[in-house]
Amino acid sequence: MSGRKPRLPIPKEELLAPGHRACAGCGSALCVRLCLKALGRNTIVVTSTGCIEVTTTPYPETAWEVPWIHVAFENAAAVASGVERALKALDREDVTVAVFSGDGGTVDIGFQALSGMAERGHNVVYICYDNEAYMNTGVQRSGATPPYAATTTTPAGKVWRGEMRPKKDMPRIMVDHGVPYVATACISHPQDLIKKVEKAKETDGPAYIHVLCPCPPGWGYDSSETVEIGELAVDTGMWVLYEVEDGEFRLTYRPRERKPVEEYLKRQKRFQHLTEEEIEEIQRMVDEQWEELERLERER
Amino acid sequence: MSEMEYTIGAVIKEPGSTRRNKTGRWRVFRPVLDEDKCVGCARCFMFCPDGCVRPAEDAFKIDYEYCKGCGICAKVCPVDAIEMVLEEEME
Ligand SMILES: Cc1ncc(C[n+]2csc(CCOP(=O)(O)OP(=O)(O)O)c2C)c(N)n1
Ligand code: SF4
Ligand code: SF4
Ligand code: SF4
Ligand SMILES: [Mg+2]
Repeated sequence: MSGRKPRLPIPKEELLAPGHRACAGCGSALCVRLCLKALGRNTIVVTSTGCIEVTTTPYPETAWEVPWIHVAFENAAAVASGVERALKALDREDVTVAVFSGDGGTVDIGFQALSGMAERGHNVVYICYDNEAYMNTGVQRSGATPPYAATTTTPAGKVWRGEMRPKKDMPRIMVDHGVPYVATACISHPQDLIKKVEKAKETDGPAYIHVLCPCPPGWGYDSSETVEIGELAVDTGMWVLYEVEDGEFRLTYRPRERKPVEEYLKRQKRFQHLTEEEIEEIQRMVDEQWEELERLERER
Repeated sequence: MSEMEYTIGAVIKEPGSTRRNKTGRWRVFRPVLDEDKCVGCARCFMFCPDGCVRPAEDAFKIDYEYCKGCGICAKVCPVDAIEMVLEEEME
């Protein structure tokens, strides 16, 4: 393309500086970089303890180009609620308040803080970057770890076959709180993600976006494959892209033909122990979930 | 050990100061972009977790000061315009 000025499908401005310590190929760092493009400079970010907090702010350095605050693992939503109220008191409601919190910081330990934030109706964009385990402390399972995934606390053996619980359906739980804008997204679909963050930003009241973020060391694949793994999650139906606006459900992406889940599973070390029967069981779960989502679409 | 000055509340006053940390040192493989092959789709720019692919006047340029060599840009390029080359093999 030599000679032509590059045209960009997403905003050019970078609000996450390089030099951060996230692993090469980190899906969560990519998620933050993309979301910040949609949030813009006039934003205050709150982050819970976890990979993103640790890798972006090795004291006395920070990768953030916007005001940023970290307090603890469990209370990002409570801190964001306070920041939002303070801005209201100062008559500075033009400022966007956003949270980046991991799956552990969202579906487990930060759950009640988030529930309270939703209940009180704070005008906050809450983004859960879901790498499906407690990565910062060495890949312990969380409520968002998918069935059969091996983690350091759910190792695969003869009796335990990896994670034995369903993945907690956090977006649905947020819909049930009456949150006006809820969406799922994946780093493999940046334009879809950015559009959703823009909508969340425009929402009056709380908005919740749950972003699947593949993690090379935690899931066990090569750092170059992060986007491909995300695409496979979406194309197999293991991860579904949708939004729920004022209670109304809409798929935002429909794979032309759903690929077998095996194509996603066999690429990752955390699923290497699966037998054919277990893969079939996961396929059945995905098929059932997809039918349910198709029903929701039809009801619209 | 050098002495570090601590701020109250661990406040960091310089936005984007991780730029002091040149993560290009981490790299084993170097992404080399062939501008003649490139069709300008911007996928490498979109997907770099470190924001190291930048649009310049007439092409995309890779910032080797910070590029960690993850290989995502090469993998997502639809026309194989980016090649991962072992650092030792670069002259
Ligand atoms: C109250 C408390 N318990 C435990 C920890 C240790 N800890 C720090 S980060 C983390 C896991 C974070 O997991 P997640 O929210 O999924 O983020 P990730 O690291 O995966 O990005 C844990 C257990 C802590 N900081 N505070
Ligand atoms: S462990 Fe995973 S989530 Fe954490 S920095 Fe590395 S790639 Fe990112
Ligand atoms: S190799 Fe990775 S870090 Fe380097 S430019 Fe490509 S995507 Fe960015
Ligand atoms: S992904 Fe390939 S074709 Fe597209 S802009 Fe980058 S180098 Fe050019
Ligand atoms: Mg996590």
